[in-house]
Amino acid sequence: MSTHDLTLMAHLLRRAGFGATPDELEIYAARGYETTVEALLNPGEAQAMPDDIIRRYHVDQSELRQLDGAGAYWLYRMVTTQCPLQEKMALFWHGLFATGYAKLNQARALLNQIDMFRRSGLGRFDSLLLELSKDPAMLLWLDNQDNHKGAINENYGRELLELFSMGIGHYSEDDVKEAARAFTGWTLKNAEYMAVRASKDSIWPYGRINWHFEFREDDHDDSDKTFLGETGPFNGEQIIDIIARQEATARFISQRLFQFFAADEIDVDGEPVVEAMMQSYFDSGYAIRAMLRTLFNADYFKSAQTRYARVKGPVELLVGGIRLAGSYRRPTLGANQLAFQAFYMGQGLLAPPTVEGWHEGMEWIDSGALVERINFVAKELGDVSKPGIRDLIFRLDAANDGPLTPEQLVDQCLALVGQLEVDADTRDALIEFAAQDGDLDLRGHQPGDAAETRVGNVLRMIASTREYQLA
Amino acid sequence: MGANTQDKALVVIQLSGGNDYLNTVVPYTNDLYYDLRPTVHIAADEVLRLNDTHGFRPGMEAMKQLWDEGQVAVINGIGYPKPDRSHFRSMDIWHTAEPEKIGTEGWLGRVIRELDPSGENVLTGVHFGRGLPRALGCRGVPVASVGDLDTYGLYPDMQDEWARKAALGTFAKMYGGAAGGDVVREYLGQTGSDALKGADILRTAPGKYTSTVEYPDTGLAKNLKSIAQVMCADLGTRIYYTSLGGWDTHSGELLTHAKLWHEVSSGVGALMADLKAHGREDEAVILIFSEFGRRVRDNGSGCDHGSGGGAFVVGSAVQGGMYGEYPSLRLEDQLEGDLHFNNDFRCTYTTLLEQWMGLEAASIVNGQFEQFACF
Repeated sequence: MSTHDLTLMAHLLRRAGFGATPDELEIYAARGYETTVEALLNPGEAQAMPDDIIRRYHVDQSELRQLDGAGAYWLYRMVTTQCPLQEKMALFWHGLFATGYAKLNQARALLNQIDMFRRSGLGRFDSLLLELSKDPAMLLWLDNQDNHKGAINENYGRELLELFSMGIGHYSEDDVKEAARAFTGWTLKNAEYMAVRASKDSIWPYGRINWHFEFREDDHDDSDKTFLGETGPFNGEQIIDIIARQEATARFISQRLFQFFAADEIDVDGEPVVEAMMQSYFDSGYAIRAMLRTLFNADYFKSAQTRYARVKGPVELLVGGIRLAGSYRRPTLGANQLAFQAFYMGQGLLAPPTVEGWHEGMEWIDSGALVERINFVAKELGDVSKPGIRDLIFRLDAANDGPLTPEQLVDQCLALVGQLEVDADTRDALIEFAAQDGDLDLRGHQPGDAAETRVGNVLRMIASTREYQLA
Repeated sequence: MGANTQDKALVVIQLSGGNDYLNTVVPYTNDLYYDLRPTVHIAADEVLRLNDTHGFRPGMEAMKQLWDEGQVAVINGIGYPKPDRSHFRSMDIWHTAEPEKIGTEGWLGRVIRELDPSGENVLTGVHFGRGLPRALGCRGVPVASVGDLDTYGLYPDMQDEWARKAALGTFAKMYGGAAGGDVVREYLGQTGSDALKGADILRTAPGKYTSTVEYPDTGLAKNLKSIAQVMCADLGTRIYYTSLGGWDTHSGELLTHAKLWHEVSSGVGALMADLKAHGREDEAVILIFSEFGRRVRDNGSGCDHGSGGGAFVVGSAVQGGMYGEYPSLRLEDQLEGDLHFNNDFRCTYTTLLEQWMGLEAASIVNGQFEQFACF
């Protein structure tokens, strides 16, 4: 297979997954680009680390009430899944429908929501909105349990339109109120019991029982509503139907997907791709899968233009580094630190700063976050005792009959971490670094010896490049 | 030094989790306190008396000493309107000085931008801890976040000093290079270079520092010692920030709370003594705050989330004493079972900014607020 194929595949996997090891890249590239896109879009058995194994080693990940254990639990999934796009979609929806632990004090309910994203995140957008509107964590996050017939709470109705589907400017304040009225009675089961629990036990304001959705007909306002120009005794389902039909919705979702999967900025060449995704949205009956198929198969997406056009989010960077280094493939002491690590880099899982989610792109980067990002991936990739890094060293050794020149060492390492393309100055600096000790002879290398350490140090520097911070 | 505002630094100590104010500045003559706190209270004979009605809890001996020297301003009844009892939201409010809507800029980030508009000194603000608190976050404002001053910077895991030096040299080349007009890569280059520059300078601080003052062996004290080291290195740092967690004392409060306050008090005592030993006691003022106080009634073992609380301003430039009104414990004066705040936290921010830092506070704290006469 050609370098071009591998480079393109590496690009796809950085976007539709968390990067790929050389073994994975070769397998995907042998299948071909379009086949791989289809495989990613139609996840089968995730084969991620099973819950019973995780729980055997992490007691705190059994009950999953607390934030840190829950973050680590999800990270295990991302690190070990064989269906990376499924987890990537869950991360996308978590950023868009950002629900946080701060208000809920119950991580299990959040993880149930993430599981819903995993299950339905590539399906129809209207179905997803409907599930979201019945999701207990979301109901409480945006106060819909306080949205009553005759006394509406607009919070959910407003964010549904502003942040989750259409974007500001495409609806009126009256539409917000009418939408809120349609969602009256959409609440949690057992609210009274939970209130009693709340009064007795304020750490877990909504109690320790599992949360369920309940539609209370007696608290639902079934009179006529006029929403986006249509009138009828709408319930929440009809509101979602109307939202899904809007061009603004198609554009909003297309743009958000584009920015998450293709490029932080939508330029003039990207705009037609957004239009094509909107078309796929309508043609397919609002299927997210169809929109992504259009995106990933677009010439624009495959062109050099979109390479490194996104700043990796902290979780992407962290999980990508771990997957390449092969850490945490089994339950590992200290996995909870990973959740903290993501937080230090600026993205605490299940704890978005606000309902708006995280500010992405360049805003991921400040000096503190950058130091955390680089230190983490540099340590992962520089550690020659990690199984994934050992694989890279064995590949280097196998691919060369004699000593490697500094140029060969750098170029081959760049290829091994995912066909990374760096600018000429950066490559020169890397070669100069590698040249300090002359040519590298890996023949007869032993775990952790000087030759291996040199490879580790070059990988460490590659992980430190600006390009590695980008996807 | 001291007369010129250029030398004046603000040290912020954040107590994360909600400090129980009632058990910190204890109203030891108030029967209501003992009625409402049948279990989780400080006995009157254990209190470190500040006056005839109030006293610090045991564990705060060093702060009591500073109080006796007139260096502690106690801000009673601090809070903000419509209290939010979520840790995260409440902390955000303190960090962004924005109680109504979701703020995007940290108040201290704005202070740093005000002090150093062109970002010439990448160490104008230094945080000791991991991850940047929102209080310091402001787009384009460089702030160093130091987990451990001795190993701070890139590649702390590299044991071989020579190898680390080579790695840092290569990093400088990679990030110092032009990026051909690519905005994102330029920004990454600038940010990486700033971080490296800050680390290079900061690493020199411990070497320049000697002291006879012994700090207690705690995480907070280690950070406070690092603050003294950076201050003594004259790097132009004006804002220091560090945090201590564990204040969410829903259960087993008495034991935990005593230990926590001992950690804070002994650390602050050591820092003040250290600054004095270096003739720098006039250069720093310390603000100690928490996101909220705790429920007036105890729950049998601890206390749940409350609203109104207290803060402390410590320093030799400070006029020690009681500021703000100690909130009433009477049922009818409580706010949904919490102490009712009587001064907005932005009054204290404004006081510090105007009277200590010499800055105009209104644009930083989002409005005009009354000040305390504590300087």
